[in-house]
Amino acid sequence: MAILVDSETRLVVQGLTGSEGRFHGLRNRAYGTTVVAGVTPGKGGQDVEGIPIFDTVAAAVSEAGANTAMVFVPAPFAGDAMYEAIDSGVHTVVCITEGVPAHDMLRIHAYVQMRDVTLIGPNCPGALSPGKANVGIIPAEIFREGAVGLVSRSGTLTYQIGHELTQLGLGNSTIVGVGGDPIVGTSFVDVLSRFEADPQTEQVVMVGEIGGDEEEKAAEFIEAEMSKPVVAYIAGFTAPPGKTMGHAGAIISGSAGTAQAKKEALEARGIRVGTTPTETAGLVAELVRA
Amino acid sequence: MLAHGSPVLPSVACPGARRHGDGGGDEPGRLARALDLYEHQGKELFAKYGIPVSEGRLATTPEQARAAAEEIGLPVVVKAQVLIGGRGKAGGIKLAETADDAEARAREILGMDIRGHTVGKLWIERASEIAREYYLSLALDRSAKKPLFMFTTQGGVDIEEVAAETPEALVRLHVDPLGGCQAWHGRRLVHDGGVTDPGEQKQIAAIVGRLYEAFVGCEAMLCEINPLIVTTDGEVRALDSKFTVDDNALFRQPEIAAMRDVAGGDPLEALAREKGVTYVKLHGDVGVLGNGAGLTMSTVDVVSFVGGKAANFCDLGGGGGAQGVVDALEVITSDPDVRAIAFNIFGGITRCDEVARGILQALGQMQIELPIVVRLDGTNAEEGRRLLEDAGSPNLHVEATMLDGARRAVELAAAA
Repeated sequence: MAILVDSETRLVVQGLTGSEGRFHGLRNRAYGTTVVAGVTPGKGGQDVEGIPIFDTVAAAVSEAGANTAMVFVPAPFAGDAMYEAIDSGVHTVVCITEGVPAHDMLRIHAYVQMRDVTLIGPNCPGALSPGKANVGIIPAEIFREGAVGLVSRSGTLTYQIGHELTQLGLGNSTIVGVGGDPIVGTSFVDVLSRFEADPQTEQVVMVGEIGGDEEEKAAEFIEAEMSKPVVAYIAGFTAPPGKTMGHAGAIISGSAGTAQAKKEALEARGIRVGTTPTETAGLVAELVRA
Repeated sequence: MLAHGSPVLPSVACPGARRHGDGGGDEPGRLARALDLYEHQGKELFAKYGIPVSEGRLATTPEQARAAAEEIGLPVVVKAQVLIGGRGKAGGIKLAETADDAEARAREILGMDIRGHTVGKLWIERASEIAREYYLSLALDRSAKKPLFMFTTQGGVDIEEVAAETPEALVRLHVDPLGGCQAWHGRRLVHDGGVTDPGEQKQIAAIVGRLYEAFVGCEAMLCEINPLIVTTDGEVRALDSKFTVDDNALFRQPEIAAMRDVAGGDPLEALAREKGVTYVKLHGDVGVLGNGAGLTMSTVDVVSFVGGKAANFCDLGGGGGAQGVVDALEVITSDPDVRAIAFNIFGGITRCDEVARGILQALGQMQIELPIVVRLDGTNAEEGRRLLEDAGSPNLHVEATMLDGARRAVELAAAA
């Protein structure tokens, strides 16, 4: 099974003719992902190593049967690319691009909520289901197939923890990087609910960091809705408090957003939080052996 | 600060300096990708969007303060321009009845230290006859993923206290980003906030709409007016401004991008910005260099966990190229507190042997006496470690795990 990306994935890469899109799109294909199309306006009819290029995402859907889009378009144009993908007929959109303006994401988040489309990212490494498909920039060679679901707001830190799991002989069902921007399409809770429903996933690791209240919301969800055990790690315990300008922020969410507050919220609901990436992987190993 | 009100690493990320690679989704700037504006800059933007503000002038010398006071008319308020709250209590805001007075107050406040910020400029503003003080803000609520208005008639004080002690007095109202701000938002805020004077109601409702336009037009994360005053003549005006703009939007907000105060702030962070290195100064003695924000943050944590203290947070980003390493090391070693350096690299798509070559090339170009611990793991880690070991640099120590690397760096820093 796995979640979000698998052997059914038929990928269209928006920006396949750019250097990053090409590099990672071809890597995804080499891994085994079915990459059916690329989209670059004005370059329809060309190809990248045999992958046909279309002018629009809709054409990639109707002519190449794409069902998942990956956005590798520079930040000033990424908003447009996401809207296009959302309305093209694909069911999943993964936006890797970093630096997308928050106000674009405010509108896109509201827009995608009203449609039957899943948006992952932006500013994320994508999703990898080992042995099935890789959509994004996660280095697949350090992961192996298994039963641990991994969801994270980070990139290299995810790889670090995945690597530690691999060293302990554990594999992953799916690794999902949801992205670290203030507003992203898919939250921890969205991914956790998919892991809960996924027969391949038996345990879950959630890698959070300072800022926002997604970890706190996840803690409530895990306690109320999940039967599968979850282990967490939070980065940023020693991050200095930012200079405080206005006061509005502190009273919006009711959460301090600190690593300590997140750890306490998780532990209060019986969710174990590793102190280091190594310890976190160790906690998962304990669960598996238990 | 910010809509998320969280402790954040102030970002010095240089837009465009990074590329997708390892942790390409790991933009460190996300931790605080925002530009805080000074009061006078925020008021300039308020005025542009039709929000009433008092007339004022900028001054960087006591003489300019005197001239400004004479020009706009007395009495005036002399206000320190710093990017930190609490300046009133710290003595950074003074009333001046005469031009001599304005000059004298300016002389006192210029150069003053307000919670670590040195006052370099003043806003000289015509004094207001204040009848009442309200509070109005609009912020990006990252939890609800919508802009959020907050309004109370109990302004002028610490709004966090109002929120904690009399939460019913603080009206909150979200705006659907697709529907935008409509006239009813303003009506609802003044009604629920208990504003009864029709003249005030009308003015505040209009300011609500204009604040939303400013928020969207400037791509702000936060626009806060505290206090929003009612003068004795019944006029509603923004007496202060806290204005924070999304860094990611600056490419299409050139007017606001130009407001960034390059001279202000930490000199090491300014050097880092110039070099395009993501760097935040901390207060320990172990220089930390990692790839990807999450991993680097985690490294700073692990250094603490093993009993040390990081001197900085420095993220190499995706690449492990020699120039990136040279730039980062230059910034880190400019900090006299650094006793040892902990490199923590996880190789994914960027292979560890490439990173090792980058490090060796960088060390070849620089004279660094400090002990450097390099932890390389991930793709081609063994080859990378062998390259470093074979180089035989006396101050280069190679470790295989994050914990061992941190421990070694902390020991070496203590011994130095």
